[in-house]
Amino acid sequence: MSTISQKPSVAPTRPWAATPRDRALTALSVALSILATLTIVAVTPMKGKLAYFFLFFITWFIIDSLFVVSKSGSKGVKDSLAAKVTLFGGVIVSMAVFSILWATISNGVKGINLAFVTQNMREASLFDPIGKGGILHAILGTVILIVIAIIFSVPMGILTALYLTEIKGRAAGLIQFLVQAMSGVPSVVAGLFIYAAIILNTPLRSSTFLGGLALTILMVPTVTRTAQEVLNLVPSDLREAGLAMGATQWKTVALVVVPAARSGLITATILGVARIAGETAPLLFTVGVFDSYNFNPFKGDSGTIPTVVWAGLMGGTPESIQRAWSAILVLLIVVLIMFVAARAFGSKQPKR
Amino acid sequence: MSIDTPAKVIPAARKITTKPRVSDQIFRGIVTAFSFSALLILSLIAIFLLLKGFTTFKEQGLGFITHFEWSVTQDEAGKEVAVFGLQAMLIGTVVISFVALVIAVPLSVLTALFLTFYAPERVKKVLVTIVDLMAAFPSILYGLWGFFVLMPMAEYWAKLIQKWLGWIYIFDVPQGVYSRSPFIAGIVLSVMIIPIITSVSREVFSQTPLDRIQAAYALGATKWGMIRAVVLPFGAGGVVGGSMLGLGRAFGETVAVYSVLNIVFRTNFQILFTQGGNVASMIIQKWGEAGKTEISALMAAGLVLFILTLIVNFFANFVVTRAVKSGR
Repeated sequence: MSTISQKPSVAPTRPWAATPRDRALTALSVALSILATLTIVAVTPMKGKLAYFFLFFITWFIIDSLFVVSKSGSKGVKDSLAAKVTLFGGVIVSMAVFSILWATISNGVKGINLAFVTQNMREASLFDPIGKGGILHAILGTVILIVIAIIFSVPMGILTALYLTEIKGRAAGLIQFLVQAMSGVPSVVAGLFIYAAIILNTPLRSSTFLGGLALTILMVPTVTRTAQEVLNLVPSDLREAGLAMGATQWKTVALVVVPAARSGLITATILGVARIAGETAPLLFTVGVFDSYNFNPFKGDSGTIPTVVWAGLMGGTPESIQRAWSAILVLLIVVLIMFVAARAFGSKQPKR
Repeated sequence: MSIDTPAKVIPAARKITTKPRVSDQIFRGIVTAFSFSALLILSLIAIFLLLKGFTTFKEQGLGFITHFEWSVTQDEAGKEVAVFGLQAMLIGTVVISFVALVIAVPLSVLTALFLTFYAPERVKKVLVTIVDLMAAFPSILYGLWGFFVLMPMAEYWAKLIQKWLGWIYIFDVPQGVYSRSPFIAGIVLSVMIIPIITSVSREVFSQTPLDRIQAAYALGATKWGMIRAVVLPFGAGGVVGGSMLGLGRAFGETVAVYSVLNIVFRTNFQILFTQGGNVASMIIQKWGEAGKTEISALMAAGLVLFILTLIVNFFANFVVTRAVKSGR
């Protein structure tokens, strides 16, 4: 009897796992292809990173296929080719991302100094040498802009999500469809709309308030869709328990459902902010450009990080372009922090 | 006596009703009202752009779509003569987006397949984060990267393509200028839409019914055989829908395209040559020095762009919803 209950002392065999011989062959084929690539690049007129990259994959396909064909025939070759081609796709995509990150960091870091984040551009122009003037006004402008967008879009987005998950009214299908349609509104159209509806019709002129309105249009769909997903994750037992205790639906939602989904709703907000933090086009219509502090959200143009980058890029001198890279690095760091925060909050699932 | 008293205080049975309480009615009213904000915003966008662009639509008529000239000039009497036609920009939008799709769709499908079926758990986690991160990059960053990092490389690629495929009309370059071309704008856009297509494809691929996958393996299929026979037919709808979502994004992209593209008002199919345009970036370009008539025309262009993206998104969401539902 005791022999049955005893656990087998040997590890389970895994016949599908790679054997040492397989690993050796893989290593050998990679090594051979690197060698072949180096030789081909050295001998033929094909040069450059592009040649290294493609030749390596092509020679690897060929050499590895030669190994595989002896073992598993033409079907095996196709299979191993498919595995490598999908890997190839993944590598290209990650290379693009790393190229973007690397370019931003290596170019941006040169222009970052204390003045850059503690001064404004009142006494400096984009074309002055680095070290004079900074983008604090733009950072503050972007913060004000984001706060305004949050004030409008978070209630709108979460209430719409509540309608879709809690009330499930007759119009739920239509609303769902409209929210999806809204997420496709081009950012330039959002800016044009605020200009057409408010600046052309009322005495209000460009200000962070109007910019916040334009960004709200872009932020609401993101908040709604994420909030909806999170609210759907709240177990229905919780709702039923609330109702069974005699609570009204309003109390159940306010005291049970929303608190249970709180961290997810914060994620929804953060993702929404990350979506709009770098929007440039709407700001050109609604906020304008300004080189110093403007704390009045209802009056006057204001500086924002995206428009600083835009102006720097359009300026075209080495100094202005340096400022553009540094400003985008600041923006990217902010977006990355929010991204990490969103993941941290999002990984906290509601308790089951 | 004392036994009767309790019987008297038993209250009448509470009337059972399904009518919501007042607090619930208020709650439902407020939530329902807010949920219609999407409808309100979308219709307001259409109404205001139509109102402000109306004069242009009236004066230009159908020519606003079919003409390829955009100019405001003064005749001898000093009267303004305005000709607005979007044709060149509309074609430019389609050309750039098409280049973007040709590059992005294969890469995204490969990445999605790699993530779903090939990648080891650790690699998968990293790559999923990378793809999500891509979606969070600001579009101006793509513009900056496209101009300073991608352009020098892409010019070289363009020269290679022209050298070997130049005999095909669209790959020919008349004047030997390769920078700021629709090809480069297309690459930038493709990087921007890869995360969209990848995540939609991945979601659909991962919903492939397990029994069909196992059936394929049981019949002796290799992994690739299984993917070709089961996953790809099953996920085709999702890939198409995801690509259309990406197309919608590509249609409306503004600053990234404006940063890398040399916007010229001429219909140009030669994607490697340094001229092109799209509606969104044209609006930004013309905005600075636009007078009253031209602003109206730009509003009209915005409306055309808005309707175009709405249509593409409508079909995309329709296809994606159907593809995702069929897996459940």
